[in-house]
Amino acid sequence: MVKLEETPLPGVGVRHDFDGRYGKRVGVITHRDGRREIFVSRRDDPDACALSIVLSDEEAEAVADLLGGSTITRHVSRLSQDIEGLAMDWVNVPSISPYAGHPLGDTMMRTRTGASIVAVMRDGQAIPAPGPEFPLQAGDTLVVVGTPEGVVRAAKLLGGEI
Amino acid sequence: MSLAQLFLELGAVILALAFVGRAAGRLGITPIPLYLLAGIGLGAFMHLGDAPEEFIHIGAEIGAVLLLFTLGLEYTSAELRDNLRAHSRVGVMDFALNFTPGLLAGLLLDFPPLAAVLLGGVTYLSSSGIASKVLSDLGRLGNRETPVILAVCVLEDVAMAVYLPVVAALLLGGSLAAIGVNLLVALAAFALAFFLALRYGHVLSGLMNVQSNEALLLSVFGLVLVVAGAADMLKVSAAIGAFLVGIALSGEVAERTRALIEPLRDLFAAVFFVFFGLQLDLSSVPGVLLPALLLTAVTSVTKFVTGWWGAARAGVQTRGRYRAGTTLIPRGEFSILIAGLGLGLAPKLGPLAAAYVLLTALAGPLLARFDGQLAPLLDRRRREVRAG
Repeated sequence: MVKLEETPLPGVGVRHDFDGRYGKRVGVITHRDGRREIFVSRRDDPDACALSIVLSDEEAEAVADLLGGSTITRHVSRLSQDIEGLAMDWVNVPSISPYAGHPLGDTMMRTRTGASIVAVMRDGQAIPAPGPEFPLQAGDTLVVVGTPEGVVRAAKLLGGEI
Repeated sequence: MSLAQLFLELGAVILALAFVGRAAGRLGITPIPLYLLAGIGLGAFMHLGDAPEEFIHIGAEIGAVLLLFTLGLEYTSAELRDNLRAHSRVGVMDFALNFTPGLLAGLLLDFPPLAAVLLGGVTYLSSSGIASKVLSDLGRLGNRETPVILAVCVLEDVAMAVYLPVVAALLLGGSLAAIGVNLLVALAAFALAFFLALRYGHVLSGLMNVQSNEALLLSVFGLVLVVAGAADMLKVSAAIGAFLVGIALSGEVAERTRALIEPLRDLFAAVFFVFFGLQLDLSSVPGVLLPALLLTAVTSVTKFVTGWWGAARAGVQTRGRYRAGTTLIPRGEFSILIAGLGLGLAPKLGPLAAAYVLLTALAGPLLARFDGQLAPLLDRRRREVRAG
């Protein structure tokens, strides 16, 4: 599954982007007035946009239909809208993580951050509801649910910052 | 004076601004520095009658109020909160690096202390107007360094919301005790209003949300002026009252209001810049040119460092860091606004700020274009330092 990153752009809207399989970063900016902007990064300068296309609300829907299956993002955004104060995020286990190679229980995630690990993604496979004995590996992606602050703390915990 | 003459003169001034604005669009820069120049030229070569000057004066005040109002409208309270939390370190560094040079320059130039504090504000505030225009015009919104640039702008705007009432209280002057009391009253009033805006903003938003655009425009504009007037009466500064109304409005109302009020703001803000230019004494400009150049050089570097460091924290590579640094260099609307407060304190402050804004507003976008050429140079030096 593609790992989407969400970044708020104050005064502009929200940016969702991901690192594409073919070496480019791809993303969509949702402007506050409903316009959508699709962009791809430059290969020689991955931080910059090579090209961006601004679409109106309806045009964006048409493009989404053409591409098919925009269900994931829609689902996620609806989820966070429906439940105030609840956040869900994909958190990576980096190679420097003190918990890589340790059982999941060692993180004491829920006690220390208030966020829960509801699934682990590994090699494109989802392992739902992993138990405390489940061994974490570097490169795993954890699906974390909790308060927005809890989710942020969870990412720091896994990165060894706490 | 006849109405005909008033209209003719005002119309001529505004038409001149339109031409200037179009020229700016051609050159790919914002019109703000050119409006200033237009005002300076107007003051030097033409004499407007009393009635147009009166109108321009009041228009300028409305322009300042609307600038702050739309600034408050720009951000939701949640965005402000998140930004304060996530980027406070960059914000502190930004303030330390960019307020200090202005303050020191003011003291070196023998300004009264308060004028030096104002000059610190002038050099501190990047132009969020210019930055956001550059970002959207050049299709850079999707860039990785962009959230950092925007975050710095937001934090500066918040800092300014605290800074303005403090300065307003200091400007009232009086004995040390009186200043202290003024300061306390201003800050308490601001804190209370800010709290109310964050807490009960949605109630106000609900009340203001009427169907017809006409009624919405009138009620918002009316409310802004009433609050600004009340704030001025309480000696808090009219602009701050307007800023808080902007913060309090959120959601759909904010969205609709922004679209409605923007043309109004553009008109009056242009008048504001012209008025600022009009007030400047042309003969004092050569005297401030050297300090303005030095100040531009120093604060361009400090702003650049701020952006570079902030972008580096976000994991952005060299070219992106370079762009973040250069995009923050231009100072603009709010630097002028702050300088406008202190025109009476130090005669040099106005011309210095004007020259400074002109220089930075030209230097920033110009430097930003050469990210491909210049960023690698910085990178190589960095690597050499690390190797050596």
